[in-house]
Amino acid sequence: MARIFTPKVVTANALIEGDVIYLTADDHWSRDLAQAELITDEAHAQLRLLKAQSQVATIVGAYLADVKPGDNGPEPTHFREDFRRTGPSNYAHGKQEAEANV
Amino acid sequence: MYKYNDFDTAFVTERNAQFRAQVARRIDGSLTEDEFKPLRLMNGLYLQLHAYMLRVAVPYGSLNSAQMTQLALLAEKWDKGYGHFTTRQNIQFNWPKLSDVPDMLDALAEVGMHAIQTSGNTIRNVTSDHFAGAAADEIEDPRPVAELIRQWSTDHPEFQFMGRKFKIAVGAAAEDRAVLKAHDLAVRIVQNATGETGYQILVGGGLGRTPMIGQVINDFLPRADLLPYIESVVSVWNQIGRRDNKYKARIKITVHEHGIDDIRARVAARFALIRPSFTGADQELLSEIKTHFAAPNFRSGSTETYGAAYKADPVFRAWADTNLAEHRNETHAIVTISIKKHGATPGDASADQMRAMAELAAKYGYDELRISHQQNVILPHVHKSDLPALHARLKQHDLATANIGLISDIIACPGMDYCALATARAIPVAQQIATRFDALKLEHDIGHLQIKISGCINACGHHHVAHIGILGLDRAGVENYQITLGGDATWTANIGERAGPGFAYDEIVPAVERIVTAYLDLRTDAEETFLETFRRVGMAPFKAALYPEAVKKVA
Repeated sequence: MARIFTPKVVTANALIEGDVIYLTADDHWSRDLAQAELITDEAHAQLRLLKAQSQVATIVGAYLADVKPGDNGPEPTHFREDFRRTGPSNYAHGKQEAEANV
Repeated sequence: MYKYNDFDTAFVTERNAQFRAQVARRIDGSLTEDEFKPLRLMNGLYLQLHAYMLRVAVPYGSLNSAQMTQLALLAEKWDKGYGHFTTRQNIQFNWPKLSDVPDMLDALAEVGMHAIQTSGNTIRNVTSDHFAGAAADEIEDPRPVAELIRQWSTDHPEFQFMGRKFKIAVGAAAEDRAVLKAHDLAVRIVQNATGETGYQILVGGGLGRTPMIGQVINDFLPRADLLPYIESVVSVWNQIGRRDNKYKARIKITVHEHGIDDIRARVAARFALIRPSFTGADQELLSEIKTHFAAPNFRSGSTETYGAAYKADPVFRAWADTNLAEHRNETHAIVTISIKKHGATPGDASADQMRAMAELAAKYGYDELRISHQQNVILPHVHKSDLPALHARLKQHDLATANIGLISDIIACPGMDYCALATARAIPVAQQIATRFDALKLEHDIGHLQIKISGCINACGHHHVAHIGILGLDRAGVENYQITLGGDATWTANIGERAGPGFAYDEIVPAVERIVTAYLDLRTDAEETFLETFRRVGMAPFKAALYPEAVKKVA
């Protein structure tokens, strides 16, 4: 029996700012994991990753990250991805700062 | 302080112009990331977890006030108002934009600084004793030799694309404050029985996933032979070092696999071949460099105000007792400024603090500052009569914490809060330990105790050579912290012994507290340090304190 596919999102870092971004279903890059396209099919995941990787002048280091579906969109399954979506824990910098300024 | 000559300035300017063009080509898409990455790394630019990170070299940890002020400018203009001093005496900016980095490098060049070879598989920034030029126990100032090695290694054509990085440290004191034995190569300035000064050379030290203590490859090298000898060592390793596995590529593995005698013989053969090509230009250069490092004209005068403040002010006294070290001129002191206020991020200084330290160095410290591998800032020469005024100013900037060498003077790597390689966080663990022991009001009673925390096996936080070492790992998707005890970062270097199974994130601070409580019970008196107690009683009683459940089971 085939292994069950863990849902994924395509994530990368923005070329200029270097911050964490996620590929959305409508082909944009969002700073918010909740906005990311939740990919539940392995073949589709590979296609989405290829699409991301072709954008060399926009992003760096695209990969597929494991997620689980949540009430407000995809949520991380591993603490590394949780830190990536949140920012550092010693200062409210990065995404936390951006949220504070909204 | 070394001052750039026309050649240095032209070199850095040219290199910055090259990198500016490379960045432009990356941004317009003509370079892919795979093509650009080695170029940016050569210039100290990493891509980390949340942003780019620019690592700026502070050669052998020496800075003047203009340079420190410029670092403050970088922090404010292109970062988030702070910088992070590292365990390799460098400074890292955690939030630059790629498009701003060329301007940052130009700003650094204005004060004779750069980020060249702070990354990549090259010879990295040369480190040294942070008390260099001031210590009472040194044979001579080791920095001219460090500067000579820096110039020789910068853009050295043979050593730009090696199997792995190569780290060199230089020391000249009786006490090793530069962790010489944990470097790929260490130069120790020594005197032989006849009083002649030369170099003892060690190779094959290193931390990381396979920690090793450096071994002596040459006990006494004549002065004129230094560069050809180092070149021979790096050259031998560059040829026979393993390139099949990056984890076995460092010289420590080469020395381990071939044996120190085999490496020594190979180096001797290489040395015989290349020595004749060194015809004395390096020695002339060294003489010229030495003139830059002439000691300041130490002021004389009464130190009475120091004595009076020491008697009258207990806060000043506590700070003087922990943060001052003996200077070679008895009217002066070496001041270590703690950038480890309880609960703050070890090694971080705000732009305001950097500017304040620069001003104080200009006013009281003959314009000199040093960065220590312990992530603090040093004013190497302060006349004792200025200490009370200096202390008062430091207090205004949250820089007067009296904790040097104590349990809250923790080394911590950036860990998973910033680093793309990390497997767990290090900074919050350090913050919580410092806060906890400050609340217990025990740290002065505990005395000298070094805690060092790494957020991954690469050991940037030097956990192997800590009295209490903490290594953060990812165990089945959760942060887990392993404890080692009995490590030593000095000339009696030792790799700490693992205590047992790791602890969860919320269990690590109580675990450290149990170790410290056990030490307080076990020590013969307040004079016996943690390390001395550990060496006397061994691991067993600490293990019993750490794992009380296991003891119960056995009983």
